Amino acid sequence: MIDLTTNYLGMTLKNPLVPSASPLARDPDAAKKLEDAGAAAIVMNSLFEEEVNADEEQLDHLMHHQDIGHGEAASYLPAEDSYKTHLESYLEQLEGLKRSLEIPVIASLNGTTSSGWIRHAKLLQESGADALELNVYYLPTDLAQSAEIVESRYLEILTGLKQQVETPVIMKLSSQFSSVGNFVQKLEKAGADGVSLFNRYYLPDIDLETLDVVPSLKLSTSVESRLSMRWIAMLYGRVNLTLAATSGVHTAGDAIKLLLAGADVTHMCAALLHHGPAHLGEVLKGLEQWMEEKEYSSVTQLKGSVSHAKATNPSAFERSNYIKVLSSFDSPDSVWR
Amino acid sequence: MAEHHKLTIEGNEAAAYIAHRTNEVIAIYPITPSSAMGEMSDAWSNQGRKNLWGTTPEVIEMQSEAGAAGTVHGSLQTGALTTTFTSSQGLLLMIPNMYKIAGELTSTVFHVAARSIAAQGLSIFGDHSDVMAVRQTGFALLCSNSVQEVMDFALIAQLITLKSRVPLIHFFDGFRTSHEVNEVIIPSDDLLREMLPESLIRDHRKRALTPDAPVIRGTSQNPDLYFQGRESVNPYYEALPEIVQQCFDQFAELTGRQYRLFEYQGAPDAERLIVLMGSGAEAVSETIEHLVARGEKVGMLKVRLYRPFSSRLLIDSIPATIKKIAVLDRTKEPGSDGEPLYKDIVTALADHVGSGGEHFAAMPRVIGGRYGLSSKEFTPGMIKSVLDELQKDAPKNHFTIGIHDDLTQSSLEWDASFRVDATSSVTRCMFYGLGSDGTVSANKNSIKIIGEDTDLYAQGYFVYDSKKAGAVTISHLRFGPDPIRSSYLIGEGEAHFIACHQPVFLERYDMLAYAEEGAVFLLNSSHSADKVWDDLTTAMQQQIIDKKLQFYVIDAYRVASESGMGRRINTVMQTCFFAISGVLEKDASIAKIKAAVEKTYGRKGAKIVERNFAAIDSALAHLHRVDIPDVATSESAMLAPVSGNAPDFVKNITGEIIAGRGDAIPVSAIPNDGTWPLGTAAFEKRNLALEIPVWDEDICIHCGKCPFVCPHAAIRSKVFSEAQVKDAPESFKHVPVKGREFEAGSRISYQVAPEDCTGCGICVEVCPVRDKSNASHKALNMAPQPPLREQERENWDYFLTLPEYDRNQIRWNGMKGAMLAEPLFEFSGACVGCGETPYIKLATQLFGDRMVIANATGCSSIYGGNLPTTPYTENAEGRGPAWSNSLFEDNAEFGLGFRLAIDAHHDSATKLLQDSGLNLDTNLVTEILQAGQSDEPGIHEQRRRIEAVKEQLATIDSEPARNLESVVDYLVKKSVWIIGGDGWAYDIGFGGLDHAMASGRNVNILVLDTEVYSNTGGQMSKSTPIGAVAKFASGGKAAPKKDLSMIAMAYENVYVGHVAFGAKDLQTLRTFIEAESYDGPSLIIAYSPCIAHGVDLSHNLRQQNLAVDSGHINLLRYDPRRAEQGKNPLQLDSKKPSIPFKEFAQTETRFSMLWRTHPETAEKLMRRAQQGVNERFHHYEQLASLSYEKADEGESS
Repeated sequence: MIDLTTNYLGMTLKNPLVPSASPLARDPDAAKKLEDAGAAAIVMNSLFEEEVNADEEQLDHLMHHQDIGHGEAASYLPAEDSYKTHLESYLEQLEGLKRSLEIPVIASLNGTTSSGWIRHAKLLQESGADALELNVYYLPTDLAQSAEIVESRYLEILTGLKQQVETPVIMKLSSQFSSVGNFVQKLEKAGADGVSLFNRYYLPDIDLETLDVVPSLKLSTSVESRLSMRWIAMLYGRVNLTLAATSGVHTAGDAIKLLLAGADVTHMCAALLHHGPAHLGEVLKGLEQWMEEKEYSSVTQLKGSVSHAKATNPSAFERSNYIKVLSSFDSPDSVWR
Repeated sequence: MAEHHKLTIEGNEAAAYIAHRTNEVIAIYPITPSSAMGEMSDAWSNQGRKNLWGTTPEVIEMQSEAGAAGTVHGSLQTGALTTTFTSSQGLLLMIPNMYKIAGELTSTVFHVAARSIAAQGLSIFGDHSDVMAVRQTGFALLCSNSVQEVMDFALIAQLITLKSRVPLIHFFDGFRTSHEVNEVIIPSDDLLREMLPESLIRDHRKRALTPDAPVIRGTSQNPDLYFQGRESVNPYYEALPEIVQQCFDQFAELTGRQYRLFEYQGAPDAERLIVLMGSGAEAVSETIEHLVARGEKVGMLKVRLYRPFSSRLLIDSIPATIKKIAVLDRTKEPGSDGEPLYKDIVTALADHVGSGGEHFAAMPRVIGGRYGLSSKEFTPGMIKSVLDELQKDAPKNHFTIGIHDDLTQSSLEWDASFRVDATSSVTRCMFYGLGSDGTVSANKNSIKIIGEDTDLYAQGYFVYDSKKAGAVTISHLRFGPDPIRSSYLIGEGEAHFIACHQPVFLERYDMLAYAEEGAVFLLNSSHSADKVWDDLTTAMQQQIIDKKLQFYVIDAYRVASESGMGRRINTVMQTCFFAISGVLEKDASIAKIKAAVEKTYGRKGAKIVERNFAAIDSALAHLHRVDIPDVATSESAMLAPVSGNAPDFVKNITGEIIAGRGDAIPVSAIPNDGTWPLGTAAFEKRNLALEIPVWDEDICIHCGKCPFVCPHAAIRSKVFSEAQVKDAPESFKHVPVKGREFEAGSRISYQVAPEDCTGCGICVEVCPVRDKSNASHKALNMAPQPPLREQERENWDYFLTLPEYDRNQIRWNGMKGAMLAEPLFEFSGACVGCGETPYIKLATQLFGDRMVIANATGCSSIYGGNLPTTPYTENAEGRGPAWSNSLFEDNAEFGLGFRLAIDAHHDSATKLLQDSGLNLDTNLVTEILQAGQSDEPGIHEQRRRIEAVKEQLATIDSEPARNLESVVDYLVKKSVWIIGGDGWAYDIGFGGLDHAMASGRNVNILVLDTEVYSNTGGQMSKSTPIGAVAKFASGGKAAPKKDLSMIAMAYENVYVGHVAFGAKDLQTLRTFIEAESYDGPSLIIAYSPCIAHGVDLSHNLRQQNLAVDSGHINLLRYDPRRAEQGKNPLQLDSKKPSIPFKEFAQTETRFSMLWRTHPETAEKLMRRAQQGVNERFHHYEQLASLSYEKADEGESS
């Protein structure tokens, strides 16, 4: 019997497949289907800082600022006591998932400032979140903000958070840091229990008719997992925190490659949105079959076996990949030229 | 005795509180000022609040008050405890059912916020005209004078009606009591139960219509029976006064508050008496107290039960020493020799004395007077004047008090500076705010803090002006150790604290006239403490010096913005108020404000609580006392209320009203038949816009979209020759106009009116042109107004002098051409970004010089005709839309009447024209009679011909010539427009609309569809879409939007157009032109985004596009003339829905909030809405594809 268990933020999961933050978690039926298909844990859809703030604004507006000073109308919409804020809905959803699922539930926060996050994190902890994924998706448009300033922003939030909550915290990062490895180390020192590499930024588009900049969403493809693969491979063995791979995990092959590189878990989102929750079961089966064929006994065994530290040709993870691709006429080192 | 608690609430809430606890069914129709009672009841029922007997009252909004009365009648007849809330016109519509309810001896209480009845003009304000108009129905009339009495009488009334089987109207003064915030003791449920024994309710139920014990009612009776039947109710009315007093006594035992049918207050040996009912009695009470303390032999009688009128009890309640009585009526009965209360008093006394009664030594001299019509102020000074008049040997009868009647000399003079003792211990505060800055809610909050958390009593009353954008609010707050009865505004020289929350008011309102000596003046200004002095007018500086005022300043907008509050300054100003007014100790009050903020938002708005706290903490640090110099140094004066070149009427009357001095205008100066001049809005330069659009003439393509979408006609286009602008100001922009339809060398200008623009930015939004090197730069860009004000004012004034483009040359089928037409609807008080006004403006551009408008009550009648100004205006020839608002329910019929009369005049003119006795040029006559007038040149020609006829007529000295002169202008085509909102068209006026459409007459009906009752605060209409939240549909409207297009098409002879100007502007233009050209009824349904949709109206155009793209609105034209040509009359102008309905809905709070409050319902209704969208489009698509080819004629035998 192959041992698929893996370690994730101090928890033992039954396998390394964890659906990442997506709308699937909103639907309790879809979440259950994911669990049935074999998901070892589930990350909830993100609670966006802007959504929470906008929600409060709207509530404020609803309660107070419908007054335009006209004698015949003191307000324009009925004031509702039962108005459930976005935050309240999220907490309810978390509690619901905890009730109906056996697998761990990870709450996900997406924002750029620390105010309010700590309060939200506490509430999430109280509502039963097994871990918190912190997605500090920050685009520095102010050119005066150096890399250090940007990084310190993340560290501040994390430090503040870790002082207030006991639940494990995993930082979901984009790849756009000057020195990814160094930054991950800093995060580890600041108390992060894990990192999730890499978040994709949704890239806006230009509408050629209106000349407006419009938001656009294109789901990932397998090729995007290569970036995570490179850095996980580099980090494996050099840091102790959990390494989670995200973006571009579509097939069993993708997942295996990432595990070989050193990932503790692999997240999936686009593939599940595209093919449905049952797809996770397919990937799990594929993983098991491959391990059986190749006669691996456990995930722990294969994890990181093709990391930078342990790969046959580790330099391929580095810059030389670029050169090798360009010139395919080189002979190996072992041949005398 | 059971526990009670004290709350600060307004009169409407007090009545609704009891009504909701003591009824099972509530059927209403909203009308100011009683709407809040229905809304609160609906909100409470939705929250699951139960009545005394454990069930949740069923609240239903009907299509009109007549409908509500019918439903109430039905519900009562089948045994439920039922009530309704109404006022004014609504009460009148209930009259037929009131006779029935009384005739059937049914127990019910109607709560009425008494309001004026529309006569020469409409008024939302309070007087007794409405209740007096129903005094003959058989309903008892019980009057409350204060908010506490409203609470008490609402309960006592319920007991009275159950015990006596006589239905009751419980009324209180609209606005003065209904909207006054004061402190009340709320009766506990135990008290309610003690007052209302269940046996009485069972008796009520026993009388129900039920098949289990069937009876018939509402029979038709004949001369042999009806009279006796009418008299059979006598014992109930005879018994009622005593029952009322018993109920009063029972209440007194339980609460200690003793009421009587007639209550005397004053000197035991008084000789002069004032009799009245309503809130005025509170002011009289203060005055009597004051005068008696000074030894005057005066007294007052409060009338609580007006019907049935107990003469015996009246006489018994008046001290025998009384020699003279002044009876005050808050209503007017033109043609009578006295108003109702006066006549009833005189009759009672005459009857008593005439039948040998000896209560009085001699018959008292009784005079009657009118006061307070439509919330006209009624102050101690006026009351003293009435008492002084009584002292004269021959006191004036049929007087008025509170106005200056120089027409019929009915008015008494009074001393405006007279003050009573009751005011001495009271602190008085006034706050001038902008409608949208939260001043009123902050003050209501302050009242709560002071009234509920301390031993002080608090009172608040709020005065609004008539605008929907940039409206001014003035809050009058009073605090004191005793209950506050002052039912009048704070007067000049009386205020201890005056706050000006908007620096722009300094140049408009004489605020400091209200300041007492030594008062505190708080100003929100961006100037620092050492510079702000120079910002004041000379008059203000002098007032500060003379009255030794304490002057404080704060940059509230800066504090707010730095604390993350954006532009919300209410918390900042409230903090300052508590800090310097001295009403409460500073630290304690700051703590209370913070506690109130926390309570308001609870857990839900942590960030907002944080920001409010930041604002509160930072406010005090930025509040500065200003040093007052010894002399006034300013050279600036207040702006004249109307700009310089206004005609006399506008300067003397309109200007005075705008300046807030309308009360001083004498009777003779007021148009006696309600006729007011056009074009007055142009003189009211409101300077609302912080930013105005700036035209980049270099990249503009002259598409004409910006004048089209502007809600306020604040940006316009003109085409002219180079020669015509040779003396233009330097900064006036104009360029060669694109387009071969113009004469070579023609120039075009797009000019903004900088002081009338509201800064909505919709013109910039619609501009399709972007600078090729900078996508954010368009042909119009917003820029700060202040630096541009002077220059653009000059440019605008110059622009207006340029001649209008020849209407006969305009190409009407394109936007550029059509937008050269002069709008005759400009600068209304509509909301910033209003979705209705562009349609009206378009109609006036196309047909304004020959237009008569019947306008239903609603937003369009308020921004269209709320004095002092009207946005409708005339062109240079003196022609323009003639406009009238009749009522709400009768608008289609009213407009139909216009068409009938105009056609009758046309017939008269035709007949007279053909009268050979007049010897008119026969060719001219033929041309006139055969004129097509189907286009602008045609109409122009006809006008020319009519002028020629008039010239000929002027030389003829005969009656027929004079007669023809009086109707000859009707030979020029007139355009009849029936305009109103969806409240009118879909609900209260639908019956009339049906009839107008079926009539086949040539009328244009424009429905400004905001999908909700906008003017009265967002109540649901049958146009409200499924899933939208509105008042009376707070759980989301379950039924789909009524498809008025489909209904109208069923008549087959109605031109129907459904338009959305922001989605398809050309289709809108085309529809208006086609509708007018159709010689029959035309219905245009115009989609109008509104603030009641919960969206900022700077997104007006986006919302229209989303509405159309999602299929919520299907744009179409149905032209019956096409059928005659063998074509399908229906043309679908919008495409298949291209985005999900949800995508549209989520952008509007009216939909999106449902996910927050009722998420499962939201999902369900959204699904149904999407289904509805799909099905409806499919249905329309099929209809539009049906063949209308005529069958071959050959078959009939």
